[in-house]
Amino acid sequence: MNAKRILLALVAAALAAGASPARAAGEGVKLDDVEPDVTDLASLQSGARTFVNYCLNCYGASLVRYNALRQIGLTDDQIRDNLMFTAEKVGMPMAVAMRPAEAAQWFGVAPPDLSVIARARGADWLYTYLRTFYRDSSTPTGWNNMVYPNVAMPHVLWALQGEQALKEVPATTRDGKPVIGEDGRPRKVARLEQVTPGALSTAAYDKTVYDLVNFLVWMGEPHQLERKRIGIWVLFGLTVLVFLTYFLKRAYWKNVH
Amino acid sequence: MPNATTRNAWALRLFEWVDARFPLSALWKEHLSEYYAPKNFNFWYYFGSLSLLVLVLQIVTGIFLTMNYKPDANLAFASVEYIMREVPWGWLIRYLHSTGASFFFICVYLHMFRALLYGSYRKPRELLWLIGVGIFLCLMAEAFFGYLLPWGQMSYWGAQVIVNLFGAIPVVGNDLAEWIRGDFVVSDATLNRFFALHVAALPLVLLGLVAVHILALHDEHVGSNNPDGTEIKQNKDPATGIPRDGIPFHPYYTVKDIFGAMVFLLVFSLIAFFAPEMGGYFLEHNNFIPADPLKTPPHIAPVWYFTPYYSVLRATTDELKWVIAIAVLVFMVWAFLRRSSTPVRMALLGVGVVLLAALVLLDAKVWGVLLMGASVLIFAFLPWLDRSPVKSIRYKGWIYKLALTLFVMAFIVLGYLGMQVPTTLLTRIAQVGTIVYFAFFLLMPWYSAIDKTETPPERLT
Repeated sequence: MNAKRILLALVAAALAAGASPARAAGEGVKLDDVEPDVTDLASLQSGARTFVNYCLNCYGASLVRYNALRQIGLTDDQIRDNLMFTAEKVGMPMAVAMRPAEAAQWFGVAPPDLSVIARARGADWLYTYLRTFYRDSSTPTGWNNMVYPNVAMPHVLWALQGEQALKEVPATTRDGKPVIGEDGRPRKVARLEQVTPGALSTAAYDKTVYDLVNFLVWMGEPHQLERKRIGIWVLFGLTVLVFLTYFLKRAYWKNVH
Repeated sequence: MPNATTRNAWALRLFEWVDARFPLSALWKEHLSEYYAPKNFNFWYYFGSLSLLVLVLQIVTGIFLTMNYKPDANLAFASVEYIMREVPWGWLIRYLHSTGASFFFICVYLHMFRALLYGSYRKPRELLWLIGVGIFLCLMAEAFFGYLLPWGQMSYWGAQVIVNLFGAIPVVGNDLAEWIRGDFVVSDATLNRFFALHVAALPLVLLGLVAVHILALHDEHVGSNNPDGTEIKQNKDPATGIPRDGIPFHPYYTVKDIFGAMVFLLVFSLIAFFAPEMGGYFLEHNNFIPADPLKTPPHIAPVWYFTPYYSVLRATTDELKWVIAIAVLVFMVWAFLRRSSTPVRMALLGVGVVLLAALVLLDAKVWGVLLMGASVLIFAFLPWLDRSPVKSIRYKGWIYKLALTLFVMAFIVLGYLGMQVPTTLLTRIAQVGTIVYFAFFLLMPWYSAIDKTETPPERLT
């Protein structure tokens, strides 16, 4: 039975070793790790506020109804009074007022719908993207981005974050020694540097972006908490059935030798 | 209120009424209570009934998805999200269906692997095996057509790439690709016909083939193989005519398979409820971006169950063509030197000449398509490639054990590489994998004949 063991081990090793399929990201930019928490209602509500105030002017979330926000702990009245700028009834989708053709004219490309953007890009990508805008006089908007070079979107949250600039600094190893490139010269890396302060401190801005990303992750799949809650019960029920059917099988097979 | 006896009497009378008009008890006996299966089935024998379970699951969830899905290029993507958000329990039905697609392939691959372990394709099960290959092809088509329906970027560009492969066929290729698409590019017309094929045509063929597969298995001259490869029908009790090592499928294997189904559903639910994207393997990230005919994604990869064959396609370069040409030449020299009868020798040489001509005339792209097709179809030839005197790996020698291990490794490595962006090194590895993959089959007549085998026991162990 050695061959079988080896084969089983191979299959298991292959499954364990498989890294996640690549998500498209800017060349060589390391994404910051972020752990979304869609049970954190305060964070989701703060994210919803940022989303409606800053994103929804250009980006729609046309697959999401305003009253879906009830699931993150808001009442219809709260939604209507504080968040609903682009619709008349809470049952209407979070559409954008801009027409796609006009949008394409203004920005060069119509901004994509953000309903499932978190599932396409991933939380890490969004979190890093929204924090790595910098001033660049060579682009039409005057802004550029490290994760998404030459992106058409300007830095919408710049009043909060302030302005950053891209600086070339000598690369250093972990113990502070300069890294020498293959051509014999010290290697340089691109770093972002704060040029003018924004309304928020760096920590507060990072939190704002975290809440926004958290909201986008929730919006990508509003039923995700329900899914896990029901899943626990399904697993519990099936575990009971596994035991019951195991003993049933054993009882029937008692006399088979 | 009727008491228990009269209720049973009623049930009995109903049963007799039906049985006088339909072979109900005869079918029950033939396929369940008096179908004698070997008593030594192990882990690998669960995956036949589990494949059937997944088929039923896919059909049932598919019917409910169809109630809300819109096969229209402008509406399809949003209608899937509508199912995920607005339809009561829609998210569950959709995840069961998408997870089921991957698990269908997991079950079928393990079911096929079982046949490779125990020689289940050997005489008298060649036709059973061929029907199985038919089911596998049908399943691949079903999965391919279904994958276009969410109308995401991977749906769209995956379909574009695969349909374009037909364009590589000389002379008729472009017309054929256009005929399949119903347009010059993948479009609304393509979506509509793929929908029809996915929900009506292929499920019908699939169900028919599955029924024929089971009928072929339950034929009185065939019956199930087992881990020993010993035919239980050659050792019957003369008094009863029942195989000595056989046990009735019902209740023994029905209770066993029910237990297997529960364990399977536990694993299945773990993924469907807690990791339905499976890290991008079961639901690709890029497929959450709506299809855009003007924006080609930088990296197009099929879903995991197609990637081994996709790797074979990409590995076929001009260099690999040379390797094949050398292999064909060696084969021709061998066929010429071998003392075989003249007509056979001439036929083999003829095949060699045709292959060499094709290698010179057709470019690597066409060969890639041919080899990809061959990598799937070659399974059909197994019953005639295996010349081992025994069926089961338990009594085969080290050569087959090594060959099968290398084949499984090649399959997994090719599958992994098919998801990656190709580099020079990875393409080289895929080429080695492709050669190992085909060598497993093409060298089988030779290595299975010289492999040292043991005599299988007359009674099951």
